[in-house]
Amino acid sequence: MSETIKKFLYVNRKAPYGSIYALESLEVVLIGAAFDQDVSLAFVDDGVFQIAKGQKTNEIGMKNFSPTYSALGDYEVTKIYVEKESLEERGLTPDNLLHLTYEDEDDDYAEKDSIRFVSRAELSEIMDQQDVILSF
Amino acid sequence: MAMLHTVNKSPSERNTLDSCLNHAKSGSSVLLFEDGIYAVVKGSAAAGRLKEAAGVSVYALGPDLKARGIDEDQVIDGVTVVDYAGFVDLVTRHENVQSWL
Repeated sequence: MSETIKKFLYVNRKAPYGSIYALESLEVVLIGAAFDQDVSLAFVDDGVFQIAKGQKTNEIGMKNFSPTYSALGDYEVTKIYVEKESLEERGLTPDNLLHLTYEDEDDDYAEKDSIRFVSRAELSEIMDQQDVILSF
Repeated sequence: MAMLHTVNKSPSERNTLDSCLNHAKSGSSVLLFEDGIYAVVKGSAAAGRLKEAAGVSVYALGPDLKARGIDEDQVIDGVTVVDYAGFVDLVTRHENVQSWL
């Protein structure tokens, strides 16, 4: 049977600790990464809070899973779209986010940024190009 | 005596904060915790609405700010950051508590 590579987009729209969606999404992305598909992530609406830097959860008694986003590059998840309008509406700038990178094997393993800041219109185009969209 | 209102939902996901502010009387207090703390971030749409709430004292739970990576320098002026003991003090200092869920 021939292997078909499909374009998968995981759409993250929830803040990290108020519900289980963010953590569940991250786990599904990591599991799915084993299947050699063309995977991208989108952070939209409150989802942008998932990749806020400087999260320290010791006082709320929950696991801080934000360091795991930095491992996505090692799983060849290298396209992370962040919607500019969602950031702005929440008083955030790119400086407030984790610095996520990957090593480009086609470019002598140069370290490159995984996050691509896109407009709402650009993101709707990206959504339009997918084979499978999974929402969290 | 005054009411303590608590809000634990994100202002950009639910209308909980708006409903609370629409009902909070002058002299009452609003404590933001869990995802409710996102309302205090400078430059956010919700922070603007919070600033317009006249005569309402606004508090935010520090451990929830830290967990979500919101630095105190990102918090709008006029918000008092409290810890869990401060949460308890607020409850005891007010006559009644209304939890906006």
